[in-house]
Amino acid sequence: MEYFIQQLLNALQLGSLYALIALGYSMVYGVLLLINFAHGDIFMVGAFLGVFGSITLDLPFVPTLILSMVLTGLLGVTIERVAYKPLRQASRLSVVITALGVGLLLENGMLALTGANPRSYPQDFITTTVYNFGGVSISNVKILIIVLAAVLFAGLYTIVQRTKWGMAMRAISYDKFAVPLMGVSQDQIISLTFLLGAGLAAAGGILWGVAFPVLNPYMGMRVGWKAFIAAVVGGIGDIRGAAIGGLLLGFIEIMVPAYGASFGISSTWRDPIAFGLLLIILVVRPTGLFGVARRQKV
Amino acid sequence: MAKRFISLALAVVMVALGTFTVAAQDDCDFVGEVVIGVIAPLTGDIPKVGQSTVEAARMAVEEVNAECGLTIDDENYEVVIIIEDNEAKAESSVAVATRLIVEEDVIAIIGPQASKQAVPTGQVANDRETPMISPWSTNPATTLDRPWVFRAAFLDPFQGPVVAGFVVSEFGAETAAVLYDVASDYPKGLAENFRDAAEAAGVDVVAFESFTTGDTDFSSQLTSIIAANPDVLFTPQYYNEVPLIVQQARELGFEGPIVGSDSWGTPDLIELCGEACEGLFFSTHYAPDIATEVGQTFINAYEERYGAKPDDVAALTYDAFQLLFTAIEDANSLDKADIRDALANIELFEGVTGLMSFDEQGDPIKCAVIIQIKDGAFTYYDSACPAGFPPE
Repeated sequence: MEYFIQQLLNALQLGSLYALIALGYSMVYGVLLLINFAHGDIFMVGAFLGVFGSITLDLPFVPTLILSMVLTGLLGVTIERVAYKPLRQASRLSVVITALGVGLLLENGMLALTGANPRSYPQDFITTTVYNFGGVSISNVKILIIVLAAVLFAGLYTIVQRTKWGMAMRAISYDKFAVPLMGVSQDQIISLTFLLGAGLAAAGGILWGVAFPVLNPYMGMRVGWKAFIAAVVGGIGDIRGAAIGGLLLGFIEIMVPAYGASFGISSTWRDPIAFGLLLIILVVRPTGLFGVARRQKV
Repeated sequence: MAKRFISLALAVVMVALGTFTVAAQDDCDFVGEVVIGVIAPLTGDIPKVGQSTVEAARMAVEEVNAECGLTIDDENYEVVIIIEDNEAKAESSVAVATRLIVEEDVIAIIGPQASKQAVPTGQVANDRETPMISPWSTNPATTLDRPWVFRAAFLDPFQGPVVAGFVVSEFGAETAAVLYDVASDYPKGLAENFRDAAEAAGVDVVAFESFTTGDTDFSSQLTSIIAANPDVLFTPQYYNEVPLIVQQARELGFEGPIVGSDSWGTPDLIELCGEACEGLFFSTHYAPDIATEVGQTFINAYEERYGAKPDDVAALTYDAFQLLFTAIEDANSLDKADIRDALANIELFEGVTGLMSFDEQGDPIKCAVIIQIKDGAFTYYDSACPAGFPPE
């Protein structure tokens, strides 16, 4: 039992991180029908801005987190204005290629700026304390990640469901031609979407860096792919789907090696089994867990 | 950093120019040149390895030329090196090795470093009957059944038993666990070698868990390992993964010792891992604070020249040059076959990385050192030697 609870906590930590990043993919897709492949690299920039805040400016955790979320959010808005907005009338393929290009620019720009040596946060950024409850070890970092991710998600959900801005976002994702006619500024709503998505990715980046303190400019690629998969499985375009998809992916990635051995499967089989399971979900529900089929008007 | 970049840039320029003649004493009356090829990964994935290679090679050559080069039949020959970049690619390595042998007519080749390039390049050197010494490659295939190919590093199948013996003697371990990257040849091979050696030594390997290159979350595997309650955890991973493994293991409540292998030996490890890695052990080729006179002289000279402590690549490259110089003077000839025989017959050579002699495959018989991370530095702790070595 302790073993299961321990693995469940491990899964919650990893899943919460995936969920935070998946939210950005899902929101942007919901509003623009664009798969923002630069999102993983925006997450990386968020993590590195944490290094900037904590080492260069010598700030403690909370100000660093806020600084990175704000700056990364603005970066997200800037990327949209500079790289995606001019292509809003172009074919979707052009925008996807542009997104890939932006991702490469961020990766290699960061590489040029900071060098190839891996970085980490200072030792006193968050002092790890480990609590032991009857054989289950839980660190303050784990609690922080799980709680903060839940709080951020709840905040986002409130914004999307309960505010006028959120209503406008949902309306644009429903019909992006009719909504501007109602006097809602499409550009503002799109900017807000990028601001929120990139800000959450930055929070994910900093928490990721606290949990896994080896940061390099390419870290966003792999994490980004996984978060993208989580968003698709959850039903891309729906923020509850992104959260559930992220948690599900974390759960599968932890539980397959945790219990595979009792079925004679070594941990080597983690990825084939994990992604096989996700594939089955998509076969049964092609639009993902929360997704709604969109009818394409021809 | 700027200084290093300049030296690397210089090396690249040298490659572009083709040859590089080291400034030599005027009063030595050189009657000829001994041309040695160096193959190093100056660009590509592991430029740091290339940089260390070139630095150590230039130092070895300048030192020998300052002492009037190599003496053959009482006449002085100047040593000249030709440095070629293999871009950390196997195919480029084969191409430059062929060029060095056929067009530049080198007498021997030092390099390539990584097994990925050293294994195919060894075939070229062997087919063209040119002595080659790979300083850093640890894969058995590099020298296997290739009489012309030698190396300066010990092999993976030796390192596994070294660590297994160490955990028994140091910690009295009765059970052990292994966590390794299943998608990378070096950790996978070493993990298996360790498991076999540990079981032969009576240690029960209670968990043998793997992950895939690029993973950062090992909590699932580590929780399984902790549930199996091993006395010690062995993880033959690289310096960018070890900090994550160690920190997560501690967070999940593992209190036993964690040991590693020569891939730990990059100073970045200490910086990234901090307090968590303090007191841990790993096996490697050499210790920067090694006590022997030869080692100390090399380290001081290197530090004076380049402003940094030499890593294991630099130490092994320097040793490879010294082995070759010894063989050429022993052979007293510039004939490749004579040099090959002399290399194979080196009885007991004292290098920066310790005493060594060659077995029939051209692999060195030498001791490994155990390093402890102590006060934020790699500190020499112990040596582990093959049975009956060094001879009394």
